[in-house]
Amino acid sequence: MPYVRPLVSYGYLGTVLVFIYLPILIMMAMGFNQSSSYELPFHFDLVWYEHLSANEVLWRAGRNSVLLALASSAVSSVIGTMAALAFARYRLRGQVVLQLLLFPPMAMPWLILATAMLIFFYYSGIGRGLHAMLLAHVALSLPYVIIVVGARLRSFGQDLEEAAATLGADPWQTFFRVTLPMIAPGVAAAALFAFGISFDQFVTSYFLSPPGVSTLPVEIYASIRKGFTPEINAISTIIIIVSMLLLAVVSRFYRFGGTQ
Amino acid sequence: MSSVNICQVSKRYGEVVALDHVSLTFGEREFFGLLGPSGSGKTTLLRSIAGFVEPTSGQILMEGTDISRVPTYKRNVGMVFQNYALFPHMTVYDNVAFPLSVRRVNETEIRKRVSEILELVQLSGYDKRRPRELSGGQQQRIALARALVSRPRVLLLDEPLGALDKNLRQRMQIELRQIQREVGITTVLVTHDQEEALTLSDRIAVFRKGEVVQMGSPDEVYERPRNAFAAEFFGATNFLKGRAAGTQGKAGVVALDGGEKVLTLDPLPEDGQAVTITVRPEKFAISAASGAAVGSDEAINNLPGEVLQPVYMGASVTYRVSVAGTELTVFQQNREAQRFQTSDKVNISWRACHSIALDQS
Repeated sequence: MPYVRPLVSYGYLGTVLVFIYLPILIMMAMGFNQSSSYELPFHFDLVWYEHLSANEVLWRAGRNSVLLALASSAVSSVIGTMAALAFARYRLRGQVVLQLLLFPPMAMPWLILATAMLIFFYYSGIGRGLHAMLLAHVALSLPYVIIVVGARLRSFGQDLEEAAATLGADPWQTFFRVTLPMIAPGVAAAALFAFGISFDQFVTSYFLSPPGVSTLPVEIYASIRKGFTPEINAISTIIIIVSMLLLAVVSRFYRFGGTQ
Repeated sequence: MSSVNICQVSKRYGEVVALDHVSLTFGEREFFGLLGPSGSGKTTLLRSIAGFVEPTSGQILMEGTDISRVPTYKRNVGMVFQNYALFPHMTVYDNVAFPLSVRRVNETEIRKRVSEILELVQLSGYDKRRPRELSGGQQQRIALARALVSRPRVLLLDEPLGALDKNLRQRMQIELRQIQREVGITTVLVTHDQEEALTLSDRIAVFRKGEVVQMGSPDEVYERPRNAFAAEFFGATNFLKGRAAGTQGKAGVVALDGGEKVLTLDPLPEDGQAVTITVRPEKFAISAASGAAVGSDEAINNLPGEVLQPVYMGASVTYRVSVAGTELTVFQQNREAQRFQTSDKVNISWRACHSIALDQS
């Protein structure tokens, strides 16, 4: 019975995908249901999207989130790329230790890192607010950026940069005309990664947001605690669609990277 | 007039000595080969000239000025890398134009010089291609064009033909030499391929453990190796060990450990001192032992031997022959009527001037 095998595989994979996607699909569907308390039967209505568009608090939080994610992504891509260059192109004393130290922050629970940051920011006078959140998000993203860009840098030898130098290019020209174009797909992927880390970030933002300033995840959490309406489903649906689009962009970059 | 001077250059990596007080002079328009096994220091020297390696001590003079502390991009050297190091994200045109555009040469001039140099390497019309769309030989020529387009003071070649297959490599050798003559640029070639060094170079320096063990024209280093290392590095050779034992006419006599005598025209140390003689396999003549010795004048060596194994190689036959207690390798051109079989008794003869007495080291 040769057809049993594909049948089993499809059945199994289908179950896994249903397990992952069913709650999300239901959540998205409920954003289009008229009832404010998720009652069935289903009545299609855009009322919650209308409410959402009038919800100043959520919009402000959303704007904060996007700006924060853009800034964090930009800052950590630049700093991280520089660090990755140093790791890949120079032999430094204690390099191995430094490189190993990149990993623990990724393994550590964000809750613990966030607690540490809250305490440190409090005592060092940095305090709370968007600036503190930016610092925290950059710190959380950096190890990922360094690793992603570093992998790209190591995929081609130092020969290209040495060749550029013999051809008369100074270190700046070499970086902007040879190294950067070569690592661009890696940097772009790292930047999107950093954007995602910041945009998703709840714990650190929650700890570091002073009264009156919040980000989208923090605001969503707050509304859930207050007793919430399907407006949350509506905003979640928008976020999911935007992330899917970003993901599509990333996968294109990776495909470009693969052909080079 | 000399164009590059290497003065007492040393490079140490901790305890490891990569270059040990190397001094060399590359003449104007000269094609100079640096030859040696890997780790002998030849590449370190090339990279010091390029500026990737800073010598621990010593000077590198280019047209009289010390450049050993000048950063690479200010040295105006052209270099062709083993893997070509073409920029994969640029077209052929942009690759070749790169040295000019970083120097802010104007666009018209760039276009003119790129098309000139592409013509020189016979790749006109390939401007829009990407490096990965070219064959190995084409990439090699683009790398050469890119290295030459800014009219550098010296061209550095780091095993430039190593990645090509044998036939293409031989074609490129001829082409490379032609282009180098046409452009008239001082060129330094690093290679571990002795044939490549012999074919291309005006002069060759043989490296061993960070030192130059011999330097001279291809003819000199092949015909008159100074020591066993240089002799062995240039193809097959034979060694005969013995002691100095007076003279016979103009020739010096070496008494081999087995008792036979060998003549050489090279100066010998005092009688009784150890001497090693080297003879290239193609210098021997092999004949049947029963026949008359070839020429009986005093400048000819004749030793009896026994064939251990003949190896047919097309253009020649290589014999392993047991002579005077050692094994010799003997080439016979494939035009002699007589070939020999295992355990044939033979006579091996060669001229005294082909017995090269080596430095004992």
